[in-house]
Amino acid sequence: MSRSRSFKPDRDVAEWKGPVVRYDLFKEVTVAFVVVLILAVGFAAIFSSPDEKPITLKSWSTAAPVDFVQTAITELDGTSGTARYGPPYNSTQGASQKLGPVSLENLAGVHIPIDTAQDFVVKPLLTLPGATALDGAIARYEGAGGAQRASWNAAYEKAAAKATYPGHLSVPSGSYGPVGLMMSDLLAMARSGALDGALTSSGQLYGTDYTKPLLFIADGQYMADVAGNHHLQGTQWGMMNETGSYPGQAWLWLYTMWYQIPPYSTSSNGDVLVWGTMMILTLLLALVPFIPGLRSIPRRARIYRLIWRRHYRSLSAGR
Amino acid sequence: MSIDVEEHETASPHGATPGVAPTWTGRFRRWAVRDLPPDKLLPDTQPAYVASWIYVFGALTLAAFAVVVLSGAVLAIKGPAWWHVSSAGLFVNSVHLWGTELFFFFMVIHLWGKFFMAAWRGRRKATWITGVLAFVTSIATAFTGYLSQQNFDSEWIGTQAKDGINATGAGAFWNVLDFGQMLLWHVLLLPLVVSIFVGIHVLLVRRRGVVPPFDDSAGAEPAQAEPAGTAS
Amino acid sequence: MPNLVPASLIDLSRPGHYVHWGFIDISVANLVVICVMVLVFVLAITLPFPHGRKAKR
Repeated sequence: MSRSRSFKPDRDVAEWKGPVVRYDLFKEVTVAFVVVLILAVGFAAIFSSPDEKPITLKSWSTAAPVDFVQTAITELDGTSGTARYGPPYNSTQGASQKLGPVSLENLAGVHIPIDTAQDFVVKPLLTLPGATALDGAIARYEGAGGAQRASWNAAYEKAAAKATYPGHLSVPSGSYGPVGLMMSDLLAMARSGALDGALTSSGQLYGTDYTKPLLFIADGQYMADVAGNHHLQGTQWGMMNETGSYPGQAWLWLYTMWYQIPPYSTSSNGDVLVWGTMMILTLLLALVPFIPGLRSIPRRARIYRLIWRRHYRSLSAGR
Repeated sequence: MSIDVEEHETASPHGATPGVAPTWTGRFRRWAVRDLPPDKLLPDTQPAYVASWIYVFGALTLAAFAVVVLSGAVLAIKGPAWWHVSSAGLFVNSVHLWGTELFFFFMVIHLWGKFFMAAWRGRRKATWITGVLAFVTSIATAFTGYLSQQNFDSEWIGTQAKDGINATGAGAFWNVLDFGQMLLWHVLLLPLVVSIFVGIHVLLVRRRGVVPPFDDSAGAEPAQAEPAGTAS
Repeated sequence: MPNLVPASLIDLSRPGHYVHWGFIDISVANLVVICVMVLVFVLAITLPFPHGRKAKR
């Protein structure tokens, strides 16, 4: 049953009883398809599409061996971005972002458990065959107490800050015990390509999950530098951009804009704040028809007078 | 052997037409024919006020969607590695990318046009909402497409976007760094969702028709407004 | 492996150009797309649409 409600011009409209014109739905859709197909094929032929080669652990450790080693030691001592990430990878206290008092990350929990020391360093090294010295070093490292390991790690991290690569890895000497051999062997393993295989290996032949190698690579500086050269950094509105001079995802302009301005750009909860904001704005867009004020904008903007000018002209002519 | 005798409804609170069996199928047919009669579903006339180029952008968006789906289907035939190693594959990938750019291009112009016509008026709110849902799910589909490219873009976008998605808690179940998961979402689940929203959106447009202009005659309140919709 | 990129007439794989305006930082390619979008929208609501033939209801 239709209740009688007051007529609101931004919500209601009288049913059209006026004249109609001939219209061909099939023809419109067909012509539109042909036009768009020609445009897409034309753009494809003229501009092609970008395909920048992926960074691998092999290409990273070859192009920037020092950055690789400096990152690897943070994976071993648990100070890398991934090691301190919190959910869903591990349960680092206080690492997760909060929306007000609530941490959605913590609520969801650790579902993709990653122990960077074991998963990125120790376990891959143990897959190397016939490495007696390395096996001894790992056994010594694993057998040592936490304080001893921390001391070796800290010594290596300090030394690695001054590492160079004149054809081979050169790290100033220090009391880093077995860690030196572990790191130089991990670098050799990465440069051979074997680390890529070890980190994608899912324990069976087939695999599609690249979480581990991607997190490892993203912990380094090299990938961010490459992205910066392509103007893809978050602070460069990179989310909208594509490699090279291709147009990117212009439709993400609003999402990436929030990351440029406070409080989003300065908050440690920036990601969840941006997502929360975008969800509210998306909801507002979907609910425009219900929101007084917002739904009056079209009537006030009067752009419709231009769109329907023939209709209004015929009305005033008939009056 | 028993013979089912059809009992025809003679009356129902929903104003049943005689001659329709009280089966789910019969009721669905009655509803479908009432709400989407052939001349509404496939119209050969439009109200005279439909006289602007802005009206072609809905059809252009649908056409771009078709180009994207078709080029994506060709990419699927040879699998995800093909376009990296073959110039034919690269060309099809380019059509897929430019089709996507055109899809969003036309869709956003369509959105602007419908906004400035306040096209939700007269029980057309659901049309507006399904359009917004199609837009949002299209963004998610494009995003998983970028993640499925197996190149530097995918690596960078995945490792950057994970922070936002993890922050919402969704990252625990929806891992943007799992290529297999993202590829399946991209080629099956999300296109299906977009197609469903687009399908409902188009059927609603056909059912309710194109929104009439604002009545600008001074102070006029039409004698018979369409009932303000609870149905919409 | 053959270089596939020159399969295009215009090579867009070279580094892009960017426009800075206050806190806004946008690639020329994206700016072109957005400007063309606005232009097409304006044209769509201003260009005359061909008259349809009157039809009987």
